[in-house]
Amino acid sequence: MAIRVYVPCDTTALACGAEAVARAITAEAARRGLDIHLVRNGSRGLYWLEPLVEVATPRGRVGYGPIRATDVPGLFDAGFLDGGAHALGHGLVEAIPYLASQQRLCFARNGVIDPLDLDDYAANGGWKGLEVALALSPAAIVQCVADSGLRGRGGAAFPAGIKWKTVLDAASARKCVVCNADEGDSGTFSDRMLIEGDPYRLIEGMTIAGLGTGADMGYVYLRSEYPLAFRLFGEAIRRARAAGWLGADVGGSGRAFDIDLRLGAGAYICGEETALLESLEGKRGQVRFRPPLPALKGLFGQPTLVNNVITLASVPDILAHGAGGYRDYGVGRSRGTLPIQLGGNVKRGGLVERAFGLSLRELLHDYGGGSASGRPIRAVQVGGPLGAYLPESKFDTPLDYEAFAAVGAMLGHGGIVAFDDSVDMLEQARFAMEFCALESCGKCTPCRIGSTRGVEVIERIRSGPDRDGSIALLRSLADTMQHGSLCALGGLTPFPVLSALEHFAEDFAPRT
Amino acid sequence: MIPAAARTASPTTDTLAEPERATVAAVLAELADLPGALLPVLHGIQDRLGFVPPASVPLIAQALNISRADVHGVVSFYQHFRGAKPGRHVLRLCRAEACQAMGARALEARLRETLGIDFHETSADGAITLEPVYCLGNCACAPSLMIDEEVHARVDADRLDALVARCREA
Repeated sequence: MAIRVYVPCDTTALACGAEAVARAITAEAARRGLDIHLVRNGSRGLYWLEPLVEVATPRGRVGYGPIRATDVPGLFDAGFLDGGAHALGHGLVEAIPYLASQQRLCFARNGVIDPLDLDDYAANGGWKGLEVALALSPAAIVQCVADSGLRGRGGAAFPAGIKWKTVLDAASARKCVVCNADEGDSGTFSDRMLIEGDPYRLIEGMTIAGLGTGADMGYVYLRSEYPLAFRLFGEAIRRARAAGWLGADVGGSGRAFDIDLRLGAGAYICGEETALLESLEGKRGQVRFRPPLPALKGLFGQPTLVNNVITLASVPDILAHGAGGYRDYGVGRSRGTLPIQLGGNVKRGGLVERAFGLSLRELLHDYGGGSASGRPIRAVQVGGPLGAYLPESKFDTPLDYEAFAAVGAMLGHGGIVAFDDSVDMLEQARFAMEFCALESCGKCTPCRIGSTRGVEVIERIRSGPDRDGSIALLRSLADTMQHGSLCALGGLTPFPVLSALEHFAEDFAPRT
Repeated sequence: MIPAAARTASPTTDTLAEPERATVAAVLAELADLPGALLPVLHGIQDRLGFVPPASVPLIAQALNISRADVHGVVSFYQHFRGAKPGRHVLRLCRAEACQAMGARALEARLRETLGIDFHETSADGAITLEPVYCLGNCACAPSLMIDEEVHARVDADRLDALVARCREA
């Protein structure tokens, strides 16, 4: 029987050279007359090991990485097809401490299966949540999601059950489910990784959401910066439809649900749910006033459930294994697991799915292994470009929505970006304002004008004579933006700016 | 930074060359009936032509029964859409935080210098159009850039020079 060899087809794995490795393995096996079956899996999220080549052996899957194409003949020489020892070998992949210590629910199948193989999906627990949901009333589905304590993973952490119930209770001939896959926050990649590694999980979650809220149509709004995810998910939709999991008769139940995949166009603001809806309608991505809530009057005026990829992808397990099993993970009001994304200047970047409650320090050091550059980690930005910069003194803050709010920060979508001591925090604060100016939709004045004035005043702090006056002006401007902006872009941009000023004041001092 | 409005010329009455007109018409015939069709239509045109010709705006407006101002407003709002034909390759350099933490600012300076252009411009030899991008989702292996649709990880100065040279050859 052919030996199964796995080489990921995930964006980051490919960016690290996985395609050349896959070609080299195929060619070398042919040259040696060996019978292998090459599977293109998603990524496990152990990104510092990519390209991570795995071989199925009788004792489990054995991993080698990071592998370059030039390493491939040596792998064959070392007998990697039988799990042989090699300098880049890591033994059983599931025993690698980085992975073994995780609590993978949402990402349990990532890197394990061929993302587009429906048989692989079903054999690894796929469609179980949907089967449970098909036997339940919409109200019972919504109650299960509410009982799980699941909160929106896009960043706002709004209780999913309340949103689902609002859509369910809205009277309308048509309703929609919209999946927000406009993962624009720097330092985040969990949506992309899930879509590329386990796309049917999202399809299953969206279908359950359709059954729970009474919607028969779903849209996925994916950012244009993810062309590979776009092609993969489009193919997943086609295959799921052909197999009867989408369409007029979902899984033979007589219920209808289908999904259309749409592409964004490079506008960060379209991650804001009302701007996203405008964009889906074919308009400029400008934020809408609320009320009305999208749950009551959303896409094309219909009641619309807008949830992030990870929120929707968490739902199949909640249905399949019960709300209690999910709620048992986590701390306080942050229940379940959070797929944390470690990036920037860390030695071992990747995806860490753990129950809420882990500290930043554990993440940065136990998982991340410290900085990639070997210098001390000086600052960490959590929650994307609108998240606060935290100094070392805050690294014991547990990852929990409320604990982060208490230190003037936010967890957001779970992205963590580390900076070493070469970072210039005034420049980071200036960039936060520049980014806001670039991405502002222009609808409200505090964001549109405030961000440009923000760039100017921060530049004056560095160069100008009246430094104290400029800092006072910056604080006043931040106050106006925070309290006067229409949405989170203008409202949260002060967080990275003021946290940099507060925790790294020395970088705002005159240069000697 | 060049403001979005300057990158996309105003709708003009310039006529569209015949092959381009046929492409725009084919995209419209295929996609105009979708709900919220404008973004799919603009993607369809840019995927085939490399840009959204300003002279296609009246055709799109007519097919979707919206005003030319509406179409222009959307084209100019989104950074992804460009109003002029790009070079043979589009190099999109990530300028966001995770890449900043790993040296993206130095890569940006090097690119500006070696190519002699700013963002949204094309090198004199027509090989590379340089565009900024704010996160490619490759943050664990930063700094990153994308050439056409291929992402490259852990790019340093040598890698960058090699990638640029490769673009110039082909």
